[in-house]
Amino acid sequence: MKILIKNGTVIDPVIGDIKKSDVLIENNRISSVIPNISEDKCEIFDASGLFVCPGFVDIHVHLREPGFETMETIETGTRAALKGGFTTVACMPNTNPPVDNEGIVSLIKLRAEKDGYVEVLPVACITKQRKGEELAEIGKLVAAGACAISDDGSSVMNSMVMRRAFEYIKMFNIPLIAHCEDHNLSKRGQINEGYYSTSLGLNGIPSISEESMIMRDILLCEYVDSRLHIAHVSTKGSVQIIREAKKRGVKVTCETAPHFFSLTEEVLAGYDTNFKVNPPLREKEDLLAIQRGLKDGTIDAIATDHAPHTSDDKNKEFQDAPFGMIGLETAFSVGVTELVKKNILTLPELIKKLTTGPAEVLNIERGIIKEGSLANITIVDKDKKYTVDKEFFVGKSKNSPFIGRELTGSIEGVFVNGKLKYDKGVFNK
Amino acid sequence: MHEWTRKHLLSIEELSKEEILTILETAESFKDISLRPIKKSPVLRGKTIVLLFYEPSTRTSTSFSLAAKRLSADIVNIPVKSSSVQKGESLIDTVANLEALKIHTVVMRHSRAGAPMMLAKHTNASIINAGDGCHEHPTQALLDMFTIKQNKGSFDGLKITIVGDILHSRVARSNIWGLSKLGAEVTVCGPPTMIPVEVEKMGVKVTYDLKEAIAGADVVNLLRVQFERESGMLFPSVREYAAMFSMDDTMERFMKKDALIMHPGPINRGVEISSSMADGKRSVILEQVTNGLAVRMAVLYLISGEKNNSEEA
Ligand SMILES: [Zn+2]
Repeated sequence: MKILIKNGTVIDPVIGDIKKSDVLIENNRISSVIPNISEDKCEIFDASGLFVCPGFVDIHVHLREPGFETMETIETGTRAALKGGFTTVACMPNTNPPVDNEGIVSLIKLRAEKDGYVEVLPVACITKQRKGEELAEIGKLVAAGACAISDDGSSVMNSMVMRRAFEYIKMFNIPLIAHCEDHNLSKRGQINEGYYSTSLGLNGIPSISEESMIMRDILLCEYVDSRLHIAHVSTKGSVQIIREAKKRGVKVTCETAPHFFSLTEEVLAGYDTNFKVNPPLREKEDLLAIQRGLKDGTIDAIATDHAPHTSDDKNKEFQDAPFGMIGLETAFSVGVTELVKKNILTLPELIKKLTTGPAEVLNIERGIIKEGSLANITIVDKDKKYTVDKEFFVGKSKNSPFIGRELTGSIEGVFVNGKLKYDKGVFNK
Repeated sequence: MHEWTRKHLLSIEELSKEEILTILETAESFKDISLRPIKKSPVLRGKTIVLLFYEPSTRTSTSFSLAAKRLSADIVNIPVKSSSVQKGESLIDTVANLEALKIHTVVMRHSRAGAPMMLAKHTNASIINAGDGCHEHPTQALLDMFTIKQNKGSFDGLKITIVGDILHSRVARSNIWGLSKLGAEVTVCGPPTMIPVEVEKMGVKVTYDLKEAIAGADVVNLLRVQFERESGMLFPSVREYAAMFSMDDTMERFMKKDALIMHPGPINRGVEISSSMADGKRSVILEQVTNGLAVRMAVLYLISGEKNNSEEA
């Protein structure tokens, strides 16, 4: 069975190239990327006026399964991923039970194979029970299929434990993904510490709680010559610290989330819990620094930190509502609207942050569109406009900060492993 | 007088200068009523006002309750133990139930900042914020402003100092907004650990020196210091706090002759203020309590009175 993606413009983020070309898929691989491929015996996907990209890779999502299935499941979360153009997602281990033994890794992989719409790579815990005290059985977790380790949601506060984790992972080809937050400095914090925490009477989460922990983790990683990936970078200071570390050769990479290059803390003035997220929305100068970091390569990847919560949980008093916002369905559009249309990044640069950038962090062969590569392909319209409403979301939860906004850029078709799984709003499992 | 159109009273920040003055002028006429032998007015007859207090506050709830009685409203008191906030029914459900009973106005005290704003989005009833977390306490600030107006006449160029735990004080935030809108100059004073970041952007000056803060001030408003907060992280001991920030007799000579001393109560005698100062000639602390009644009558009248209800119908 051959599928021909015809008349599109192919974006190759590896070489930053854009060219008119057809793409031929045979079985689950790309067999040819050249113009004017003959249509003989092919099923045709007409990509006229559209851009053909490698399937997007999101290295930071919360699928909530096992344990929190009222918020999201592997099935619903990967459906949201598919709608957002993601063909590979790495899911964080703060489930219940947490992913600190190989049984849970296997469970997630099995569920993903059975019910998932896209490829799922489990991230396992750094420490047992995510308590930050003893190392999890990282060797067994990696053998079972963990793509990285992280205690996402918290920092490993004990520096000795963190040092040992950095040392230990040198045996494996995986990064340590660090959620950087000094929990003493951010204690009881609700929103960014600044004018709004003062005027709204909410406890602040200062930028230094993130920056001081990033600094510590970089120093530990550098000292034992290990690999560090920093999750959800949100402040100007963080970008600068990472830029300097990269310059002196530390093996550090980082990601930011769409909400950090599109939203600032003013939106919190009405206490809307859909804007409550950790790290919190920051200030204008942080947003600008994040955008510059994306442009100059300090920030390697855009990852959504897709964090579903039920409306019952979000409809609480601000202090009692959980942190987190969903992001899979809107990530590409927010990127086009806030970065490409505002001339911060070119379209290929944005695609790179959604494909090869994150794939290189995990050191996986994804995010590539060339002869012989796996046929994970996302086809986009960069000019199509739409207004986000609750019905737009296909995951279980609707806690998006972009409801009501007009966004530009839409996902028109997604091939996963050679199969057309999403075709202009229609899902084929 | 400026026409009142607001459905809720959620914060002082959202009010205009004219709206604040409307409340203060309305309060003046109610203060006159309270001096008459027959103190009741029928303006809220047939209206139901719910006092929903998620945090115990005898002073504020008593004041609202009496204000509503003076205006002939029906009052439903729902004290909620703060512990049930987490375990029990959600706030939205509680108010949905009240609304099913056709109430007009909810006076609400809550330990969480923003709770009244959330409620206002989910109900048809009018919400009066009687204090939400560390955010605002509008009627306290209004009665403070009313007391200042009664004593000083006008706000233009008046220098007002607020001393204490500004970080955790809703009274301070509401006062800062209100007084600045009315043209007063506000200074906040306390140990740096109790001064919130970027508070200058709210239009105030900051000093850590009590003498400097009270020199030239027309009004010194002392906040209650709560010892239980952040166990020893905000200041080392009550003794040390009192030594540096207590308004006692030794401060007298640094004050302007006609400067007033205010306190939202309840007072920690010997901590933020000495008894001699609290009970002395500058103190208007009891006058504040009396004025609280008139101000809360004014707020209830403006929010729940005829005009606002005909809009709802
Ligand atoms: Zn995290």
